[in-house]
Amino acid sequence: MEAILGIIISAILSENFILVKFYGICPFMGVSKKIDTAMGMGMAVTFVMALASAACYAINLLLVMLGLEYMQTVAFILVIASIVQVVEMFLKKSVPALYKALGVFLPLITTNCAVLGVVLVNVQEGYNFLLSVINGAAGGLGFTVAIVLFASIRERVNKADCPECFKGFPIALISAGLLALAFMGFSGLSIF
Amino acid sequence: MNFKKQFKEGLLTKNPVTVQLLGMCSTLAITTSLFNGIGMGLAVTIILICSNVLISALRKVIPSQIRIAAYITIIAGFVTVVDLALQAFIPALSESLGVFIPLIVVNCIVLGRAEAFASKNGVLASAVDGLTQGIGYTVALVITCVIRELLGSGTFGGGLLNGGEGIRIIPSPFPAMQMVMPVGGFLILGFVIAGSQWLMKHLEMKSKKKEAAK
Repeated sequence: MEAILGIIISAILSENFILVKFYGICPFMGVSKKIDTAMGMGMAVTFVMALASAACYAINLLLVMLGLEYMQTVAFILVIASIVQVVEMFLKKSVPALYKALGVFLPLITTNCAVLGVVLVNVQEGYNFLLSVINGAAGGLGFTVAIVLFASIRERVNKADCPECFKGFPIALISAGLLALAFMGFSGLSIF
Repeated sequence: MNFKKQFKEGLLTKNPVTVQLLGMCSTLAITTSLFNGIGMGLAVTIILICSNVLISALRKVIPSQIRIAAYITIIAGFVTVVDLALQAFIPALSESLGVFIPLIVVNCIVLGRAEAFASKNGVLASAVDGLTQGIGYTVALVITCVIRELLGSGTFGGGLLNGGEGIRIIPSPFPAMQMVMPVGGFLILGFVIAGSQWLMKHLEMKSKKKEAAK
């Protein structure tokens, strides 16, 4: 129980996937112009991360059994790509509004390093099935928290007046830096 | 074949990091010492050249519906090769870059160049493209590394020079530790990109003035 709580808190706050570990910066920058889409993206990523953690745990058992550990990267990325494909088809049928809002970013979840990152971390840390899934889901929630916060800051920053060469991406990066500074405050946080 | 033009595009006007904004995760995460920057840059360059060449050679064989999956498999293969080679020959680098070596698979630069360039051009042009884009990525990484390391740890060439300690420039009590932490990554990359935007605008103005003078 303690281990579970520890993983959840560190994945969401003190070791936030985006702002502390730098996984998944591309969608963080790409999909954070509006709060609604940021929220949808966060949810989709959370779902894919939890599912990928579960599926890759099973695949890894198989690889270890066959002595094929060096195939991990290739096997994991193929599993993730197929999960994203399934999620895409599911959303298209059942939640077409969200499917349209996410657009091209949905297939791009495959190349979101947060997903492959969490799977690789699970294997490195030797988490069991339950802890892997929880780490995946909590990491996804951490991603959602960061991207929604950042989107709400960015909606305002975009209207601000700043020097010409800082317009667009540089000023967004600097505001992300300040957000990361705020999250550094959680770094001492450990209940156990 | 326009090697000079490709080189300029890779280095400045179409730099993968500062203009196309690809591969940000590794750029932000590992740029804490010169050693890391050069190692990561070289690893990505090698993978980029190999995958560009192979994908360009196979571009007429791969059916377009499953091309992304095929590209990712090819890239993952090369990444595994580089990962294992680093573990065997440069274990210090492999340890310091950690999970970001296997994460090159999902580095958008490699997949982006496969889709945008290698799938449409010949083998030689793709190899040159991989080389120039890789150099552009390495240069952006190294610049960010040097600034971040100087401000954050007060040294130059950490992990490489002076027996791995680096040459101390700022006395040890003074550097701002935050700069090698995540905060510094975002801030300094923001300033580096702003600097490159300023440089490009400056060069453009200069060439326009020259034309006007003619």
